[in-house]
Amino acid sequence: MALFALRRLLLSIPLLIGITFVSYVVISLAPGGPLDFLTPEDPNASVEVKQRLIQEFGLDQPIHVQYWQWLKRAVRLDFGRSFLPDGRPVLTKIGERLPITLFLNLIEMAIIVGLAVPIGVLSATRQYSLYDKITTVFVFVGFATPDFWLALLLMILFGVQLGWLPISGLRSLNWEYLSFWQQQWDFFSHLVLPIVVATFGGLAGFSRYMRQSMLEVVRQDYVQTARAKGLSERAVISKHALRNALLPVVTILALALPGLIGGSVIIESIFAIPGMGQLMVQSVFSRDYPVVMGNLVIVATLTLVANLVADITYGLVDPRIRFAGRRGRR
Amino acid sequence: MPRRPAPGRSLLAWAAGGLLVAACNGPIESRSEDTGATGSAPAYGDTFIQASIGDIGGLIPSLTSDQSSHEVGGMIYDGLVKLDRDLKMVPSMAESWTYSRDCLELTFKLRRDVKWHDGRPFTADDVLFTYQTMINPKTPAPFKEGFLLVKNVQAPDPYTVRVTYDKPYARALETWNTYMLPRHLLQSFAEAGTLRESPQNSHPIGTGPYRFQEWKAGEKVVLVANPDYFEGRPYLSRIVYRVIPSQATIFLELKAKGVDYASSLTGIQYARQTEYPAFRKAYQKFRYPGSGYTFVGFNLKDPRFADPRVRQAFAHAINKQELIDGVRLGLAREATGPIRPGTWAYTDDVKRFAYDPEKAKALLAEAGWKDRDGDGLIEDRDGKPFTLTIRTNQGNDERKKIAELIQQRLKEIGIQVDIQLIEWAAFIKEFVKPRRFEVIVLGLGSGTDPDQYVVWHSSQRGPDQMNRTGYDNPEVDHLLELGRSSCVQEERVRYYHRIQQILAEDLPMIFLYTADALPVVSARVRGVSPSPAGILHNFTEWFVPKQQQRYTSG
Repeated sequence: MALFALRRLLLSIPLLIGITFVSYVVISLAPGGPLDFLTPEDPNASVEVKQRLIQEFGLDQPIHVQYWQWLKRAVRLDFGRSFLPDGRPVLTKIGERLPITLFLNLIEMAIIVGLAVPIGVLSATRQYSLYDKITTVFVFVGFATPDFWLALLLMILFGVQLGWLPISGLRSLNWEYLSFWQQQWDFFSHLVLPIVVATFGGLAGFSRYMRQSMLEVVRQDYVQTARAKGLSERAVISKHALRNALLPVVTILALALPGLIGGSVIIESIFAIPGMGQLMVQSVFSRDYPVVMGNLVIVATLTLVANLVADITYGLVDPRIRFAGRRGRR
Repeated sequence: MPRRPAPGRSLLAWAAGGLLVAACNGPIESRSEDTGATGSAPAYGDTFIQASIGDIGGLIPSLTSDQSSHEVGGMIYDGLVKLDRDLKMVPSMAESWTYSRDCLELTFKLRRDVKWHDGRPFTADDVLFTYQTMINPKTPAPFKEGFLLVKNVQAPDPYTVRVTYDKPYARALETWNTYMLPRHLLQSFAEAGTLRESPQNSHPIGTGPYRFQEWKAGEKVVLVANPDYFEGRPYLSRIVYRVIPSQATIFLELKAKGVDYASSLTGIQYARQTEYPAFRKAYQKFRYPGSGYTFVGFNLKDPRFADPRVRQAFAHAINKQELIDGVRLGLAREATGPIRPGTWAYTDDVKRFAYDPEKAKALLAEAGWKDRDGDGLIEDRDGKPFTLTIRTNQGNDERKKIAELIQQRLKEIGIQVDIQLIEWAAFIKEFVKPRRFEVIVLGLGSGTDPDQYVVWHSSQRGPDQMNRTGYDNPEVDHLLELGRSSCVQEERVRYYHRIQQILAEDLPMIFLYTADALPVVSARVRGVSPSPAGILHNFTEWFVPKQQQRYTSG
């Protein structure tokens, strides 16, 4: 088990390097470069300044040299400074945006799991009932509703018409003058709409998955057996069936890990939340290579770690799964 | 909306988005008591909340080219001169200036009561430092042309600055309407070429009406009134720039009174969505000509468009009023040339081409384009049909609609048109710069000075230069050279009037319209006074009467 983890860990190093190399090439090949945005389409933008910056950023080097330079610094966790005029270190830029995105996504994830599991289980145990049909319609509506549209509708209703909730941002402007509890309430009230919109969209997939998984399990023989020996339906479902039905969910949860820091561009833009999604999109649009690469390294690392964690936990919760090295391949 | 745009930026900027915003300027000397709103005494206090679509790039605005940075920077820094409400240069940190008779020497007398926000006096030495920093090759300032033309700068005493030029430069004065930088805080960074990493870039010390308080990346920038400002303390105590990346959200925040100012509504928001009593009560809406124009540009290297009759036929085939009504809901004015209407160099005494498809067909027939096989499309003598592609950038709905309407109109005169929308960076790099296009729809800013050498002079046709259509007219070249090397306005007026007349007849591009700027300001703010320079020119005089103040200011 430990050996397996170690082997996987070592294998992911060349993989990570490969990912960053491909990313570097792709972003460099995108039309336009960082300088087109620093010195935009303006007659008075000085060509000589452009040349200077190109040298300073090392963009005059061939692409493999650029990548090598980047890699040498990156292994020391030095991701450089942003190409934008603020010139701040990449890690600072990411660091100030990561907490809010992580926080929001964790809450969303908790709510989605908390709601999707009961919804899925109930739909499965009462397949084709009125409840099942209603939730099916509901989750598909959620699935089909564009985020930005729902967000705008809710903003109009709760923000403009009723005036119950703030429309955008994270804190009111008089935040510094509020008492501690008022501050907490203020922060919370700003988060309600973004969280509702994000969970509404995410609920559909997850609850359908849960329903499907449960449907498969309740048809198994051992569930039949549990019923036959006279256990209450409640015990059959919650004790015997649910445990097994949750197995695939573990995988999905682990694989959702990189998504936790990704953040949703649409939701962040519309609610004016300064999170990772916005940073990533802005850095791509302005061809801010150091920030793009810094972001990608984090996401790629998390994806690899998540894969590993998924495999390991799968083995832990499902005794049927064995790891290569002990007794053949799984 | 840059209150005081950097010299280069104000002149001409290709507009990537559809938003062309009026360049606005510093406070002005004439106090206009009570404009429009009911009489109330000016009072200090309150917070003014602005929505900004993008975060600032940095707080040394000379290093940035984005609009938000210049907007915020304009409140923190001052120049030696500034533009008044009519876009004329007036004193700011320089109390006066004089030109030598040959236009080669410009001498500024500085005010003696100007202090940096940290209490140090502002002197000629800082002007010298700003100049040295701007011409330093290590300084990544995108706009430094005006400084590179300077021969030298001297400071004979702490309150006198003498600038000399090799040859007369019409925009010399405009160069000094720039952000003055403090030597005592920046010298070592400027010399090392690390200005972007200096504390000044995140916690600036300026001389302007507002002091920097806080910048939360991606969230907000907060400025507070400078009580020692040399033109008097501004009334509004605090300005908050909230970064709201979505135009739709900004509009909802306006409706919920979460922001006090938006630099421009869309046409539909202005004409329809804000026309209800509660909004009219809460906000003052303004409408005035913006600072740029939208055009249809020809590739003059294309043999078909090298023929002026073909270009004139296009001008007759395009219905400008239809575009203004259809695309802008009427909220735009017909453009007749590249110079901003209402400024001293503008003239509308130019040739115009009325919408007249028959005349267009006649002109094309004259140039050899006729429908020879009766299929409704026109062909040349070899039977090759007239087809072309109109290209513009993706994400600009106005330009897309313009392309579609023109496509219809050109079909009427027998020309088959395709439309191609391309992502901005790729559009500029792959099509516009290498002049790999037939017809493009784009916008161009018209600055506060009429010098447009870089757009129309035949020497500016290289791939990284701005004469995108490839225009080459010796008479225009000559007039442009005369215009930029005179410091006498009366002479320059003649040159620029003539240039506008030639361009309107020669049609290297068809000037379509100047979109109106459509800003809104909270009704509780008084003293707003629209002018050719926009509305922000007298921001330091805006105030909220005591009983209507909404925010306690810290």
